[in-house]
Amino acid sequence: MASTITIEVSRYRPEEESEPVFQSYEVPLRSDWVILDGLNYIKNELDGSLSFRWSCRMGVCGSCGMMINGEPVLTCAAFLESYAPGPIRIEPLQHFPVVRDLVTDMEDFMGKLTTVKPWVVREEEKPVEEGEYKQTPEQLADFKRYSMCINCMLCYSACPVYGLEPEFTGPAAIALAQRYNLDSRDEGNDDRMEILSHDEGIWSCTLVGECSEVCPKDVDPAGAIQRYKLAGATSWWKSILLPWQK
Amino acid sequence: MNRNAHHTLHHPKWYRVQKPIFWWVKRFADIRFIFRELTSLAVAYSVILLVVIYRALLTSEAAYTSLTTTLREPFWVTINVIALGAVLYHTFTWFNLAPRAIVMRLGKWRIPDLMIAGGNYAAWIVISGVIYLAYVSG
Repeated sequence: MASTITIEVSRYRPEEESEPVFQSYEVPLRSDWVILDGLNYIKNELDGSLSFRWSCRMGVCGSCGMMINGEPVLTCAAFLESYAPGPIRIEPLQHFPVVRDLVTDMEDFMGKLTTVKPWVVREEEKPVEEGEYKQTPEQLADFKRYSMCINCMLCYSACPVYGLEPEFTGPAAIALAQRYNLDSRDEGNDDRMEILSHDEGIWSCTLVGECSEVCPKDVDPAGAIQRYKLAGATSWWKSILLPWQK
Repeated sequence: MNRNAHHTLHHPKWYRVQKPIFWWVKRFADIRFIFRELTSLAVAYSVILLVVIYRALLTSEAAYTSLTTTLREPFWVTINVIALGAVLYHTFTWFNLAPRAIVMRLGKWRIPDLMIAGGNYAAWIVISGVIYLAYVSG
């Protein structure tokens, strides 16, 4: 097997280029190296001007998501050897504005995330002396899957609806809204439904399903959105048939 | 397409790409998705055809006979076979989706996904059987 592999990195230096260009680098093809190691090798040994985000290197922080050969992937979870003999083409996550090289701007998601209130909403907090809000293992199991989201944005990058209609709230934000809706301690369901039951919310989703395919944490945002749609439709019918009930 | 804003001091000049209209032709999964969406047209066609048949049935025996004679022509048989295939594909995708949208419990026991999807198929077979029996018994 070759001892090196070619990595083609998308470079965008706004002071030099009007659009991204690819630059090739040869990096050691080591069996224990992931793509992020290859990028760090480039940064440390070959070209210090390359910009990219990373932090934990263990699939937890969600900051090293990039397009690898056209697919959204966490670069800390993809081994170089899997792409041998190469070349490996690395681009910034699609559907987001590129700030520099592989760094994208994620403000759009951050804003949308806040609007869906991804925290436990209580109409009235009980006094501290009454103790904690207890949950059974079954109640925990109801939402645990959706709480595994690491905000890596791979789902937004995989979602063609978000690419075509940037107003779409998007998979991760809706999955996180659903995570709190299903939490037995939460009382914010109506608030979130008000926010998400419009065109840019759950009804924009056409169930392409790619968000769930690329999710590194098996969150299944597509499933969460379909459950939300069902809850939205049920809520609407209830408001028509039983208008006296809240 | 490059939709760059002008570079301004103290603000990065972001690079934005507009999704091309034929974004879906590059990957098989995307082509399959677009095909699934297009099967909705076959569903709409089938509903309209059903209404047309029903209307002919209400109008007169001659109108119904004329319509069924037309539908036996090779062109319409071909159209309807294609529509049937598309509607069946559409149906399968929705039945298989049901467990992702519906979570049902009996007490503490969560009904497995396979049983939810299976329930849809079973209901489909039973309803089709009832319609068939009603048809053969006149």
